Amino acid sequence: MSRKKLATVWLDGCSGCHMSFLDMDERLIELAAKAELVYSPLVDHKEFPPDVDVTLVEGAVSSEEDLHKIQTIRARTKCLVSLGDCAVTANVPGMRNPFPVIEVYDRAYRENTTLDPGEPNEVVPRLLPHARPVHEVVTVDVFVPGCPPSAGVIYEAVTALLEGKHPDLSAKTRFGA
Amino acid sequence: MTQTGDIKTLKLDGRDVSARADETILQIARQNGIFIPTMCELEGLSSPGACRLCLVEVKGSSKLMPACLTHAEEGMEVTTGSERLVNYRRMIVELFFTERNHVCSVCVSNGNCELQSLAQKVGLTHVHFPYRFPGEQVDASHGRFIADHNRCILCTRCVRVCDEIEGAHTWDVMGRGIQSHVVTDLHEPWGASASCTGCGKCVQVCPTGALFEKGRSVAEMHKRRQFLPYLTLMREGRE
Repeated sequence: MSRKKLATVWLDGCSGCHMSFLDMDERLIELAAKAELVYSPLVDHKEFPPDVDVTLVEGAVSSEEDLHKIQTIRARTKCLVSLGDCAVTANVPGMRNPFPVIEVYDRAYRENTTLDPGEPNEVVPRLLPHARPVHEVVTVDVFVPGCPPSAGVIYEAVTALLEGKHPDLSAKTRFGA
Repeated sequence: MTQTGDIKTLKLDGRDVSARADETILQIARQNGIFIPTMCELEGLSSPGACRLCLVEVKGSSKLMPACLTHAEEGMEVTTGSERLVNYRRMIVELFFTERNHVCSVCVSNGNCELQSLAQKVGLTHVHFPYRFPGEQVDASHGRFIADHNRCILCTRCVRVCDEIEGAHTWDVMGRGIQSHVVTDLHEPWGASASCTGCGKCVQVCPTGALFEKGRSVAEMHKRRQFLPYLTLMREGRE
């Protein structure tokens, strides 16, 4: 059996979902037999490859870079999974949303800075007006809420999706879990 | 004593059930192990029929009826869980989440929240409507309690318990529609309220983390409601 192509991406989140992914421990070895990790913060691939079977997205869509990334990823992924509350609801990154972006920049780069205050104009991507759940930006196929979803829930979701099944996780995870 | 003539027979999801005429569809459903979701309703308080989660279908009526306010009638045929109702209920729960800023992961009530557990119960994995992300206030002026309007769903349990049980009527609702807010006294800081007795009943009946005790961190707020049916029972017994 040829291995499926699995990818994970990290947008505006704390990487806790990726930590939870790593918490699958020895089950990762079993997973490696079924799927090849073709793109991820955990591996060293620079370009998101085409024809990926399953992509797990951690984090909200918060910056211009996030937006560009998720659009490319959607175009190159068969099954896109919103992994964790930031991707599903915008969660903590979304707590800036009631404030105008300029106030967010002021708070982060002017009010609390003594050395060279001012918003960054290179390297750091520009923030969008709101941090958005992934499905408000592109079509999402599967939702895995949780902050973070447990390793068991991620394992169940990924194994089901690699077998082409749609996992029912509603009893096993929830917002804030 | 209940008269025999007060007993009504009706059909609930195709099952023959009997009930007293003063019992609501919601009470009858609970007695018969049928789950109807609720949010504004709380045993021991009056029901405003505000949240619309308990809407049911009654044969012969084109309108949906709130189960918490609809009384048993002879020969009634009630459906509590049709596809249409399930869809509406999920929609209502989703709208609760979009209306304010509910961030379960950092909430004092995480793991003990009625909205959070209801979302799971109705199988909600994400919200189909765009979030509003309104700028809401947090009132920490009271010595012992905090009101975080980001987490308020306007169930008005605080308003009712304060009026009906404590008799202080500190809480009320101000504004209309999406502008509605619960307020203390005449929209003054809670800590400056002359009518608040500091009893904390509002905090205990609040279904979410909107009202909570100071000093509670994430997932540390457990609401204690045991007093409510007890107080109601004692007062009914006295009348």
